[in-house]
Amino acid sequence: MIETKRTPLYEEHLAAKAKLIDFGGWEMPVQYVGVIDEHHAVRTKAGLFDVSHMGEVDVRGKEALAYVQKLITNDVSKLQDGKILYSPMCYPNGGIVDDLLVYCYNREHFFIVVNASNTDKDYEWMVEQTKEYDVVVENVSDQYAQLALQGPLAETILQRITNVNLAQIKYYGFTHGDVNGVPCLISRTGYTGEDGFEIYVSPELGRGLWQKILEIGAPEGVQPIGLGARDTLRFEARLPLYGNELGAEISPLEAGLGVFVKLDKADFIGRDALLAQKEQGVSRKLVGLEMIGRGIARSHYPLQKNGEEIGFVTSGSFSPTLNKNIALGLVHSDLAVQGEILDVMIRGKAVQAKIIPSLFYKRG
Amino acid sequence: MNPVELSYSKDHEYAKVEGNVVEFGITDHAQESLGDVVFVELPDVGATVTAGKSYGTVESVKAVSDILASVSGKVVEVNTLVLDTPELLNSDPYGEGWLIKVEAEDLSPLKSMMTAEEYEAFLAEEEH
Repeated sequence: MIETKRTPLYEEHLAAKAKLIDFGGWEMPVQYVGVIDEHHAVRTKAGLFDVSHMGEVDVRGKEALAYVQKLITNDVSKLQDGKILYSPMCYPNGGIVDDLLVYCYNREHFFIVVNASNTDKDYEWMVEQTKEYDVVVENVSDQYAQLALQGPLAETILQRITNVNLAQIKYYGFTHGDVNGVPCLISRTGYTGEDGFEIYVSPELGRGLWQKILEIGAPEGVQPIGLGARDTLRFEARLPLYGNELGAEISPLEAGLGVFVKLDKADFIGRDALLAQKEQGVSRKLVGLEMIGRGIARSHYPLQKNGEEIGFVTSGSFSPTLNKNIALGLVHSDLAVQGEILDVMIRGKAVQAKIIPSLFYKRG
Repeated sequence: MNPVELSYSKDHEYAKVEGNVVEFGITDHAQESLGDVVFVELPDVGATVTAGKSYGTVESVKAVSDILASVSGKVVEVNTLVLDTPELLNSDPYGEGWLIKVEAEDLSPLKSMMTAEEYEAFLAEEEH
């Protein structure tokens, strides 16, 4: 039997009467007061997320740069110290092992953040790839509690309890400093489409930090946010989710992540397959869908055109910001045209949807 | 909190008898565990439903749930208001959030449903 893992903030979730669910082996809050309310809180003010379940892998060694270059599809060679890069990590066939964030301390030290449910798989994969490199990778996931404060008021609120000048941290940058009087790693990153910060702190200090942020953010109405709203927020901002938009059977080119695949850099795992795909053109593409008929398209519902299956839904939901039912779907490239009308097969019934631009929400 | 005049199922649906017409809805506990209801699908007036079988769906932001008929019969009224304002299921499940009314062929399936008191005991049991 696999034991469900709990984050250092578990007791806080219980105290806040969160509804808890199993998420990739973790017992996590799906909502506190309600998904829609929490969603709007992040879009309009700020919300606090427990993301301690995310995985962290430390990469150190003389050849750390060359190793990371081989491991991921994006180009880390020009990344400045203190900056962060988003990248897919692929199998030789171009399928995606995971998508991750690479924090660059220097060319001999990188800190890689991976998806919670993929941590063990990723770590094993990363260890396997170290053979030809003078590098040591270490799964340091247990050494961190991770909190995300996301929303337009995130900087104003967090600035009250940190000695770091947050305005100086650019998007996808990070630094070290004290938050609530304790040492933290602070990055200007997140998974909501809003401005915000992710704060890494030692596990035993997580609860104090959580409580403090809720306390000092109270005037602005900061509230804890569960995984339910995290999903609707990321989905509106077209941020992909592993297991939905991304997977071992989906290439980053198909998923619309071509901008994070640098075929012109030196060799990396999956390069040959992705180069061939690029030259021949991908057979499937990720598109945005807006429901015309009544119904909500959910992940893995089939997509049809004239009764023939032409793809499937990767994510779909009611969008609290747009007040519409929208979806992302992976479809045959020749049908991936804006304005095209498709059928979403909802419990065996064809319900019409239209292809629309997939960036459903962009902060103003 | 659960009205005493209703009958309750283990699937967290309620039935309200008015002569030989039975009103269907979902319980307060059901709406609470679903979370924000954002979509409701119901049969049309004139359709027939079968006791114990799905007659529609209720979807929250995260989940899809079938709703099961308490008795067999013909749909005589549909709450079109909840089709456009599904959040009524959250705010008023026993009032404005009712779903359909069915002309029952046979009221006997209601006998196997729970009273409000039995339902509350059932909920307390389920908690464990």
